[in-house]
Amino acid sequence: MRRAVGYFWALFLFSVPLWLQDQYLLHILIVTGIFIIAAMSLNLLLGYTGQLSLGHVAFFGIGAYASALVSLGFDVDIFGYTLVHEPWPVLAGFALGTAVAGLCGYAIGKLSFKVRGAYFVIVTISFAEVTRLVALNWVDLTQGPLALTNIPPFTFDLPGIGRYALWGKFSNYYLVLVVAIVAHMVIKRLVESRIGRAMIALKENESLAVSVGIDVTRYLVLAAVISAALAGAAGSLYAHYVKIIDPDIFLFIYTVTMVIMVITGGKGTLAGPIVGGLIFGFMPVIVRSFVAPEVQWILYGALMIAIIYLLPQGIVPAVERWIGSRVEDSQHSAADALPDSRNAGGSR
Amino acid sequence: MDQLFQHLVNAFMLGGTYALLGIGLTLIFGIMRVVNFTHGELYSFGAYIVYLAAAALGLNFFLSLAVAIVAGFLLGSLIELALLRPMRRADIDTTMLVMIGAWIVLQNTELLLWGGVAKAVPAPFAETPLVLGPVSVAPLRVFVLGAALLLIVGTYALINRTKLGRAMRATFQDSETAALMGVNVSAIYTATFAIGSGLAAAAGALLGPVFLVTPTMGDLASLKAFAIVILGGLGNIQGATIGGFILALVEEIGAGYISSGYRDAMGFLIIILVLLFKPTGLFARAERVG
Repeated sequence: MRRAVGYFWALFLFSVPLWLQDQYLLHILIVTGIFIIAAMSLNLLLGYTGQLSLGHVAFFGIGAYASALVSLGFDVDIFGYTLVHEPWPVLAGFALGTAVAGLCGYAIGKLSFKVRGAYFVIVTISFAEVTRLVALNWVDLTQGPLALTNIPPFTFDLPGIGRYALWGKFSNYYLVLVVAIVAHMVIKRLVESRIGRAMIALKENESLAVSVGIDVTRYLVLAAVISAALAGAAGSLYAHYVKIIDPDIFLFIYTVTMVIMVITGGKGTLAGPIVGGLIFGFMPVIVRSFVAPEVQWILYGALMIAIIYLLPQGIVPAVERWIGSRVEDSQHSAADALPDSRNAGGSR
Repeated sequence: MDQLFQHLVNAFMLGGTYALLGIGLTLIFGIMRVVNFTHGELYSFGAYIVYLAAAALGLNFFLSLAVAIVAGFLLGSLIELALLRPMRRADIDTTMLVMIGAWIVLQNTELLLWGGVAKAVPAPFAETPLVLGPVSVAPLRVFVLGAALLLIVGTYALINRTKLGRAMRATFQDSETAALMGVNVSAIYTATFAIGSGLAAAAGALLGPVFLVTPTMGDLASLKAFAIVILGGLGNIQGATIGGFILALVEEIGAGYISSGYRDAMGFLIIILVLLFKPTGLFARAERVG
């Protein structure tokens, strides 16, 4: 039954562009989808290992810049030696953007997991600020504040059919959806495996996890690498969809958006970032017509505090509990309602 | 060589205010175990209050500084009472998230109230720099350094010489035992957060007239304060004082000899080096913070 519900959701999501006529809403869905991928990657760290990465947008931005630069080509002077790079296909950019972001995740993880806690938060947040400064100041490579423009869209060489470039919203929606599903499955596989159990164990009780032989640092670094790589993939999707990126992509407020998505939806649940992502993806669209952007951010901050006070676990676990208690009441009347309704609230 | 002297003097002028920022943050972390993300906002709040009092209301500049420090003190106690007191039993990550939420609210409230355009604060000092041999300094900056040093000395006296300070130190070492000895730990927490916030507001109020006042000026201030605190060791007040001067020096030298665009990246460089070679901070005493 669980699987059937999953297929139903997938089918529903695949059908959206067929009946949704409003191009603006489709655009919001695509951007929301990209941010959901980023939020899912953040959730892997925050929700499953308990480490808060407050510079997650750095990996997103690095993925975006790396992918864009690989597909645009560049020439820079490094210590008098000129490095010339001819444009490569976008798919190579996507792969390299993901890989470079993952490498950065490795470096940051190796560096800060020695001490953890507040240090990891501060190292990640400073890392994001430095990447922003590099993007702003290394004008030869990144064009600085002038932004990278004319970033090509994803292009696929279909044997026998020819080239197919993803210019429109319709095709980009499917691209984002496929990557999101793949990312979801990667994370699901991971957290349900031995590795995921080790991560959860060290979040729950680190000294006990160490005493039963779990190599804490290794698992934390692994989580950081995968998380950063997925955020980089999301950044690459973003770059090739909006086709222009500037150093503002590294702004802290985007990290905050991801954090709010994860916390509101429910950290440490697979469905949490999706639920939170949809809420905060569409909330600005609705709120923006009433109030100034500053007020919107004030609402974000206030909502974040309210959620921590009122629903510290987030929406998904709260809904699950609520459904669970209702099922208990009517246990006798519907014997197999339990697994079904659990799925409706999202699988843990 | 003359240029180097000039950089050293500039760094010294800036270091005092950085030390104020760092002491405030490390005090709050050491005693309350709260990673205070509103610290930078209190800094910009202090700068805006000086702007409001001195430029908009036309108050005396020195009086405006005092008003800003008191206002930061009050806002700090308000944040502690409203947000942190109900979360006393929460773990460090949860309070950190609450403080991030408060940071976003504060920053955007400033943006809403005063707009995104940078404000200049007038200061009653001569524009002509004092020239001492190879170096020149603006009189305003000399005053800023003097005021910062005075506040630092005052904070030390408060912590080491007063009853409140002794209660704070007791809470810092072991809050449960302190409570058993009759220390009102809740009140100490509120006082600590208020003092830390007052120091951040003071730093902002002093630097506001030197630079321009913008709603986002607090972001970098927060990051720099974190760098200073990590450099000095979490919870170490002497460490934060020296750390403030070291960060200012590294920034000044980095901006002067490497690239001014990367001035603000120097704090991060320091964080990385400290984490690589001495994760407990340069001046850590064994397990002081607990």
